[in-house]
Amino acid sequence: MSTAAANPITTKLPSGVPQPPPELQRIPLVANGRSFGWISNQVAALTEGRTPVWWWICFVPSVLLLGLLGFTLSYQISTGVGVWGNMHPVMWAWDIVNFVWWIGIGHAGTLISAILFLLRQRWRTAVNRAAEAMTIFAVMCAGIYPAVHVGRVWYDWWLFPIPNSNSIWPQFRSPLMWDVFAVSTYFTVSVLFWYMGLIPDLAVLRDRAKTKLRQFLYGLFALGWTGSNRHWSNYEKAYLILAGLSTPLVLSVHSIVSLDFSVSQLPGWHTTIFPPYFVAGAVFSGFGMVLSLLIPLRSMFKLQDIITMRHIDVMCKVTLATGSIVGYAYAMEFFIAWYSGNPNERFHFLNRALGPYQWAWIMMVSCNVLVPQLFWFKKVRQNLVIVFIMSILVNVGMWFERFVIIVLSLHRDFIPSNWGYYRPTWVDICTYLGTFGLFFTMFFLFIRFLPMIAVSEVKGVTPQADPHHPAGGAKIEEPIPDEEE
Amino acid sequence: MAETNFKAYGMIGEFRTSASVLHAAEKVRAAGFRKWDVFTPFPVHGMDRAMGLKNSKVGWFAFLGGVAGYTTGMLMIWWMNAVDYPIVIGGKPMFSPFSAFPPSYELTILFGAFGSLFGMLFLNRLPRLHHPLLKNKRFSLVTHDRFFIVIECDDPKYSEVETRKLLEEAGSPHIELVED
Repeated sequence: MSTAAANPITTKLPSGVPQPPPELQRIPLVANGRSFGWISNQVAALTEGRTPVWWWICFVPSVLLLGLLGFTLSYQISTGVGVWGNMHPVMWAWDIVNFVWWIGIGHAGTLISAILFLLRQRWRTAVNRAAEAMTIFAVMCAGIYPAVHVGRVWYDWWLFPIPNSNSIWPQFRSPLMWDVFAVSTYFTVSVLFWYMGLIPDLAVLRDRAKTKLRQFLYGLFALGWTGSNRHWSNYEKAYLILAGLSTPLVLSVHSIVSLDFSVSQLPGWHTTIFPPYFVAGAVFSGFGMVLSLLIPLRSMFKLQDIITMRHIDVMCKVTLATGSIVGYAYAMEFFIAWYSGNPNERFHFLNRALGPYQWAWIMMVSCNVLVPQLFWFKKVRQNLVIVFIMSILVNVGMWFERFVIIVLSLHRDFIPSNWGYYRPTWVDICTYLGTFGLFFTMFFLFIRFLPMIAVSEVKGVTPQADPHHPAGGAKIEEPIPDEEE
Repeated sequence: MAETNFKAYGMIGEFRTSASVLHAAEKVRAAGFRKWDVFTPFPVHGMDRAMGLKNSKVGWFAFLGGVAGYTTGMLMIWWMNAVDYPIVIGGKPMFSPFSAFPPSYELTILFGAFGSLFGMLFLNRLPRLHHPLLKNKRFSLVTHDRFFIVIECDDPKYSEVETRKLLEEAGSPHIELVED
């Protein structure tokens, strides 16, 4: 901090180059005019040196929760899914709620890495690596539920296009089958995209490695990356194409998840608004999770110059926008229920707001629609404590949204004699807690062993990276002496 | 560097700023070299043009992957549900391009993504875990904060004196030979 310019707004320019007036300067994405070397050092330091104590404090409970997941999964697989609270008429409950919730969280990672890339939002470089990792781990957590909720997990391979013991093929006219393809493609493409972004950064770690083992392992996974411009040329094209492919992918995944519901004929599920509404909600919850993860990490790892307040500000705005879309969708569902004149539809929506699960509906509306409205105020967006609390409330609200959609639609359908009230059992609750263990175990291993920030991408958005910028040496005959920290 | 069996791979010239390496690349290209490359910690804007590189061919790999994915999806679903073991489900047609579309769409993306990643690796001839440049201490700064121009000895225009002069004139403060 001490050597850096006092004003984070100004970019470090070589002496003799006139400073443009402040109102004409862009706020740099990396604050304090940090050098390329500083970025490498700061990010690589997270994976080097002694393990910080707080890392162990976070990691050990995560592993314990992961153990809980292992226990509950073994218990419910060996006993049967009857240990869950699912009971007629609510045959889908926490399993599918949590599946949709975790899948939704993943969406912000792909949105940041793909859609914001296509939209040339260069601020994404500071957060995309961690967000993509979050996506992958969230989809892993999500994947557990469909695999286990079928009851006899040893028949999971029937989901794949392999003939089963009676030579019968999977039935592709069902959206549940589409879901298998959507989620497995989503996971695979997210891993490819993430790994491809990691290649140049693994080379950074390889070239700094002090021990033979690190050099070997990072070198192996860096695939011999040298930073050749002929390679960069193909790399950038491949990255652009992957972003172009991931954009329709991320939009399709939650659309297809929503078709699991909307293709059925249950009031509350059978609506055409579902695909866009689910995608907006997914991005909303994902940004909530990104904020919850990055706000503590940027202070722990001293990354405030890379993940700046501007980044937080922009992410709050995305949360506000998607939260408002979700609020609009809630209003539209009620409007259509009234406007359609369908008595079952009308009853269902009144039952949401006034029925026995009113508490869930109130949680959903207050956390998803009302709370994000605070992000209209800049003071709120700049207050990290409030943003952190709000980002957690966003995910609480989005969990309740899935609960409202799934459980409330099922618990009172067409015939009153068919009604019921769902309660989770300890197995439901412990399995859900256990998935947090899986998620955080993976995430803490990730931040300890892999670069949490896309080093080469962040270097590329600094002013000195631009050969046409004075800070990059433009129009200067003599090379600028290197500025080491 | 042993004097006796030292075989040079090429000459590397170091640069400190993105603009200086960009202009140096223009000079090297104008001098008519073929087997040379620029090494940077991040893709430098405008470098492809300065080096005279053509548009990358990765797009073709992704396109072929996508076409293969869509075709695989449609044919697979048609064959499985309408030919090999047809079962009537809810009176729906045995095969409809509409219900077959979502999985085929996902397979288009899946195969296209594999096409672009593996196409990129293939075009770059990666993975290649042994490279003369990776053995050079100075060159390891390329992933940190330095820029390098490397001219290979195999280039027909390469000459130890002239090439060094060219890199010096292009403004490189540090030039050295790299062992093969």
